[in-house]
Amino acid sequence: MPIKTEPFIINMGPQHPSTHGVFRMRVTLDGEVVTDIEPVIGYLHRGIEKLAEGRTYKQDIPLCDRLDYVCSMTNDLAYCMTVEKLAGVLVPERAEYIRVIMAELQRIVNHLIAVGAFINDLGAFVTPFMYMFREREKIVDLFEMVSGQRLLYNYMRFGGVSHDLPEEFLPALKKFIDKMPGFIEEYDQLLAENEIVLARAKGVGILSRDLALDISASGPVLRASGVDWDIRKADPYSIYDSFAFDIPTGNAGDSYDRYWVRMQEIRQSVRIIKQAIKQVPAGKVCTPVPLRLRPPAGEAYARIESPKGELGFYLVSDNSPKPYRFHIRAPSLINLTALRDMIVGWKLADAIIIFGSIDVTMAEVDR
Amino acid sequence: MYLFDNFWMHFVVFTAIIIVFVFGMAMGFIYIERRGIGRFQIRQGPNRTGPLGLLQPVADAVKVLLKEDLIPAKGDKFIFWLAPIITFVPVFMIFAVVPFQRGALLADLNIGILYVVAVSSVVSVGVFMAGWSSNNKYALVGAMRDVAQLISYEIPIVLSIVGVVLIAGSLSMVRIVEAQTVPFILLQPLGFLIFFLGSLAEVNRTPFDLVEADSEIVAGYNIEYSGMKFAMFFLAEYCETLALSAIIAIIYLGGWNGPWLPPFLWFLAKVFFVFFLIIWIRSTIPRLRIDQVMAFAWKFLLPMALINLVITGIQVLFWQDVLPWPLIFLNVAIMIVLILLWSRMFKLGGGRVEV
Repeated sequence: MPIKTEPFIINMGPQHPSTHGVFRMRVTLDGEVVTDIEPVIGYLHRGIEKLAEGRTYKQDIPLCDRLDYVCSMTNDLAYCMTVEKLAGVLVPERAEYIRVIMAELQRIVNHLIAVGAFINDLGAFVTPFMYMFREREKIVDLFEMVSGQRLLYNYMRFGGVSHDLPEEFLPALKKFIDKMPGFIEEYDQLLAENEIVLARAKGVGILSRDLALDISASGPVLRASGVDWDIRKADPYSIYDSFAFDIPTGNAGDSYDRYWVRMQEIRQSVRIIKQAIKQVPAGKVCTPVPLRLRPPAGEAYARIESPKGELGFYLVSDNSPKPYRFHIRAPSLINLTALRDMIVGWKLADAIIIFGSIDVTMAEVDR
Repeated sequence: MYLFDNFWMHFVVFTAIIIVFVFGMAMGFIYIERRGIGRFQIRQGPNRTGPLGLLQPVADAVKVLLKEDLIPAKGDKFIFWLAPIITFVPVFMIFAVVPFQRGALLADLNIGILYVVAVSSVVSVGVFMAGWSSNNKYALVGAMRDVAQLISYEIPIVLSIVGVVLIAGSLSMVRIVEAQTVPFILLQPLGFLIFFLGSLAEVNRTPFDLVEADSEIVAGYNIEYSGMKFAMFFLAEYCETLALSAIIAIIYLGGWNGPWLPPFLWFLAKVFFVFFLIIWIRSTIPRLRIDQVMAFAWKFLLPMALINLVITGIQVLFWQDVLPWPLIFLNVAIMIVLILLWSRMFKLGGGRVEV
């Protein structure tokens, strides 16, 4: 008599320790091997795009903070750049420098959390996470100095930033940046050559170059697959063309390369900040902009290289104080689209680390 | 041999001693693990309950006992109730043959070490019952992993113990300790390594903690348990680690032997040392995947254990009266060469499966 079998379906999430928020995967298993996976998103949908259409342009800045709460600074930067493009506002040079410093610090924070969480998914009992948070804490202290906030900074403004840097900021930043390479060395000693990390992450969850381009992935996920594409170089915004930095790329496109690219990007960010500290000019930090800004009717799209990839805002104005249409091109969502191709065929434990290596924030995926 | 002439007197006193010892040590282990991992993770660890947080295990115990006892509606209720007991009792039974010092043990079985191996395997039956009866898919995956792991790792563990037994010439725990003029970890470095790694897998400690892998299958077999039943699993796990530490202290580190200090303190110190090693590993390295864990057992530990057995047999047969020191250097050299050679010859687990 044939034995009746049925596929073993596990519902991972939305409440699960390793889904980085409220992601849900319906995983079909054959033993330990994943034969099918169906991602389910939308548990954190707050309707930010629609909410934003009911508020004035300036009131939308705090909303953008809440998009990807791990990197509020870059979200605000992208949004403010779009409105500046729409309304034709110019930014003073000092403000540009401050913005670049903040964006690069934010990139370090994001990559530290991404790598920490990734190693955590590998099963290292939160130790790497704690080490990463030690440095994140110092950067958050710096952010608190300039904005008074520790998570949702609300620091960028149309035409600049909300406050000038306090006097003690640049010395504190310099002190931190001088120490940071030592910390990166420490992480590399602990993780980069770790046999178990290599065994678990090398060759696992390969995103091929072609597939990465097809899904229009961006950020470290794309660069790990060997595509040399970084908006800071390819379509320079702000004052990025005045800094010298490299774009690290992987070649295998596996989980280890995504981890490796992130660690290298932290090094490059440190390099950019070092140059920026030396060059910060004196001057104004914000161009005055009317409180109820009425940009001329039209549309604008501006994009930046956020830590997770290409973050863009598309705004349509009808010359009223509120945006007519507010669209977000969220890198987390688009990078996630190849998840099924990357996971199927690997084991259950790999599914977790492949998802972790993409580095998404569910708040940005669901919006 | 016995501390008391009357058998029943001896039985009662030592049963009481074992219960106090095991519960006391488990509490101590919980405290050390939480504080120790705190230090490894550059944070304080629990320090609010009592001086230096010493009452944290008590607070944990009270919290767990006050929790509601939930039983899954579609679970197998009888098995669900039975599983914690079946997991808990064998762990206690191991301590019957653990000598705390000369003559201080419940029963000096002449098959002591064999008894330990046999009894500790029963734990897996309890774990599988828990996973099956919970009617939960995570629990089932965890339970399946536990059984697979147990079957694979039992073999290298037993084979590595045979090396010790060959040298000592006895299966009795007391005789094994008495035979150690030098600790067997020096004479059997490879055997120690195999036994230590294999036992880590058997008690589900990192990097082999796939059974409860919290980042994948949340808590594995005990996911549906709460309250007292969960406490039983939790305690059983710590007692198992305690048993492992005690057995390593006895068969590889020379048991109660040592200068200056009283023998019992030496035994305790060795147990704590092994436990510290275990939490050090836990707080440092990530977890392996299931196929890698299996490959490690069958492709690395098993051949190594067989080679170790052959080498030990030859040494026992021909060099019985050679002084230990040349043998120690020889064996350490053999271990290093073998590990270096063998680790290049095999690949850990497979990659992607075409589906």
